[in-house]
Amino acid sequence: MSAAPLTTAPLTTAVLRASETGADRSLTRRLLRNPLGLTAIVLLGLIVLLSVLAPWIAPHDPNHVDLAVAFDPPSATHWLGADSAGRDVLSRLLTGGRLTLLGAAIGLTVAVVVGLVSGLVAGYYGGWFDTLSDLSTSLVMALPNMMILLAIRVVVGPSLWITMAVFGLLISPSIYRLVRSGVRQVRGELYVDAARVSGLSDARIIARHVLFVVRAPIIIQAAIIGGIAIAIQSGLEFLGLGDQTVPTWGVMLSEGFGNLYIAPLLILWPGLAIALTIGSLVLFGNALRDALEDKPAAPRLRGGVARQSTATATATATADDDVALSVRGLTVGYPTTSDALKTVIESVTFDVRRGEILGLVGESGSGKTQTAWSVLGLLPRGAVVESGAIVHDGVDLLADAGRTQRGLLGRRIAYVPQEPMSNLDPYFTVGHQLVAPMRKHLGLGRAEARDRATQLLAHVGIPDPVRTMKAYPHEISGGMAQRVLIAGAVSCDPDLIVADEPTTALDVTVQAEILDLLRSLQAERGLSMVLVTHNFGVVADLCDSVVVLRGGQVVEQGPAAALLSAPQHPYTRDLLAATLDGTAPRSVSDAAYAELEAAR
Amino acid sequence: MWSFIARRLAGGILLLVVASSLTYLLMNANSGGIALRILGDQATAEQIAAKEAELGLDRPVLERFGEWALGAVRGDLGTSWFTSEGVWHTVFSRLPVTLSLVVGTVVVTTIVATALGVLAATRRGRVDRVVQVLSVVGAAAPNFWIGLMLVVGFALTLRWFPATGFVSPAVSAAGWAASITLPIVALALGSVAAVTQQVRSAFIEVEGRDYVRTLRSRGLGERTVLFGHVLRGAATPALTVLALQFVGLLGGAVVVERVFALPGLGETIANATTSGDVPLVMGVVVVSVALVVVVNLVIDILAGWINPKARVS
Repeated sequence: MSAAPLTTAPLTTAVLRASETGADRSLTRRLLRNPLGLTAIVLLGLIVLLSVLAPWIAPHDPNHVDLAVAFDPPSATHWLGADSAGRDVLSRLLTGGRLTLLGAAIGLTVAVVVGLVSGLVAGYYGGWFDTLSDLSTSLVMALPNMMILLAIRVVVGPSLWITMAVFGLLISPSIYRLVRSGVRQVRGELYVDAARVSGLSDARIIARHVLFVVRAPIIIQAAIIGGIAIAIQSGLEFLGLGDQTVPTWGVMLSEGFGNLYIAPLLILWPGLAIALTIGSLVLFGNALRDALEDKPAAPRLRGGVARQSTATATATATADDDVALSVRGLTVGYPTTSDALKTVIESVTFDVRRGEILGLVGESGSGKTQTAWSVLGLLPRGAVVESGAIVHDGVDLLADAGRTQRGLLGRRIAYVPQEPMSNLDPYFTVGHQLVAPMRKHLGLGRAEARDRATQLLAHVGIPDPVRTMKAYPHEISGGMAQRVLIAGAVSCDPDLIVADEPTTALDVTVQAEILDLLRSLQAERGLSMVLVTHNFGVVADLCDSVVVLRGGQVVEQGPAAALLSAPQHPYTRDLLAATLDGTAPRSVSDAAYAELEAAR
Repeated sequence: MWSFIARRLAGGILLLVVASSLTYLLMNANSGGIALRILGDQATAEQIAAKEAELGLDRPVLERFGEWALGAVRGDLGTSWFTSEGVWHTVFSRLPVTLSLVVGTVVVTTIVATALGVLAATRRGRVDRVVQVLSVVGAAAPNFWIGLMLVVGFALTLRWFPATGFVSPAVSAAGWAASITLPIVALALGSVAAVTQQVRSAFIEVEGRDYVRTLRSRGLGERTVLFGHVLRGAATPALTVLALQFVGLLGGAVVVERVFALPGLGETIANATTSGDVPLVMGVVVVSVALVVVVNLVIDILAGWINPKARVS
């Protein structure tokens, strides 16, 4: 059936994650505030109500045959007309809803009971039951449901209830997987351990802690399963394999199909009823998921290219020949739900001289990575450069919506990221990732570029460059990966390198080697460098000048030697003291912070 | 890579064995009344007994199963109880119709869902909202009902396509295309909706990864980054959903074939189910599970080709 494969695994994890943190009381309110969610709930309520009340509100007996009115169009007595046997379509539609929903409810109940119980047991106790149920689950999931239901029908005959119960069994793996992974997650939590130590029985722990977590995801999955059940059921009945004596929507469709050429309208009503019911189930599931994740509206702008105001821009930028990079009054903000921008860096101003290494220092959230990404034009989606100028080699990078900036990336301005393992594309070999930019920027042929890349790898201290060229990122170590990334940064002879905490993610011994490598490359090629770090040791080791950032603003800047020996601002002194104590500032990564900002 | 393929193949064969054994035992557990149904109400007790002996129904079910299984391994799926035609022959003469339908739908789904999903992920805004609406509609409307609406609209009213029937590509390529266009549209709407959603969210997730920023910093063009790298990363989860879709499409084909009167596997099993033709139903089930196994294997190999890490695990 069209909806059969909607067993959404990715949704599962997102929802599980969200439901743990989500405050539960406001969930219903968030759900009702979503217009689509409210519509779905109202529609579903209406459909259920009408179906339940069918015996009392149906204007005619749904099975009353009156050949005199067969195929009559809608009239005052038969609001939706009459079918081939002159039965009232509206009455059959209402009664059909009752049976259709009842059938779906049976399938759903079986799926939830089987999935929930087996998922709880497998997830909570593990062991042989877990292995066995996991195996049978993957077996069942690979079976074409429709074929199996048809085979079952040969044995048990056309019973709506048995068919739906078997369907419930066939679809139960989607609930099972959801529950099992949820239980797995909760089981490791400390509060569950605490509950067990304090003598609570397993049954009470499951009921109180575990069920609580998987409750909402199950409702979402149930909505999806309910929809699939209705689709499958009406599909079978449409084939003429249902119980023809009970007027369900599928039976009505089948009957309408038989008379398609005489009265095409007959397939419209049951079809609409089915589509409306499944549609509101799907919408309800979506709305509940959104409410759980409590997602704000997604930002729509591509980050880092649009400058809103140029008032203070190029006027103050120095045209000094000795300056490689000049940042003037740079202010960057992220959109919030209330349309206003939340500023993350404000009026940041500094110069990097040719052949100089400038350290951008500050704790997490100080805006140092945001500044670095601005220089590269690689701010996350949604970020807006509110004002300021970034001038590289006398050229205003922000002048033409970032086109100039993008044109310089790779060949003049290069980037060394923080976390080596996540910054290489896992699907491509190291060699490919080095060769592609060189072929593009330097116009080299494939063989030439490979030679050059291999030499570069040897140059940055990789012992077996030929083998590394062919390796995938997961086959090399973090220190190696960082060397590869540095090789990539210098591969097209840039004159400015922006390095974002290039050693933070590495072992201490490897850190020193990488710093040595950066220093020697810088000296040998006369590179200018912006080095983002929270470590004053690195500053003392490498930098010529320093900019100290706090809360998105520059608190102090100057030559490294002077600033380190006589810090003026109390914040700089604190930072310096913290480093000298050997306790680095908080280790939350800037990338994680940027994500938070982007989501806000 | 070879041991990876071998392991997947072994898993698939296990699925095939377990599924067909269970189905066989289930369907043959209760074989009373079959002879009566074949012979009609007028049959005498002797005739029924003779027919049951002829079909082997008087022997224990496990013995019959062993016989069937041995035959199945050799490619003999038995004989239909009603038409006396070989099951293998019937199934394989019907297979091309169903495959045209399902494979056509998978191809259409892959192309349309990739385009829409990438568009929704990169443009957001209006395109995104259209895709969201489409996904709800696609999931809500049962494919056979869409099929019926298409028949009413495009075949009966506009007369652009034939309403029913199948033309073999060997007879007329254009006729074949015309005869499967509407069925494929009916089947594809639902799977396009599901796969588009998956492509969209995977694409957004991958575009936010660190290595994409680094690739951009290397000055590779936006097209190379998005289509060479991001799309490749998003392909693995999309393929998983596509494999699940294939399983669902086999079921969907059963109903859609009825709508368009296509003589495929679905029509075969639907009729065999009504009459109670156990060997034929078994044949179709076994062949469709085998198809699922083959498709899963192909998808696994594709995923392994795309993602070097998948080859290891």
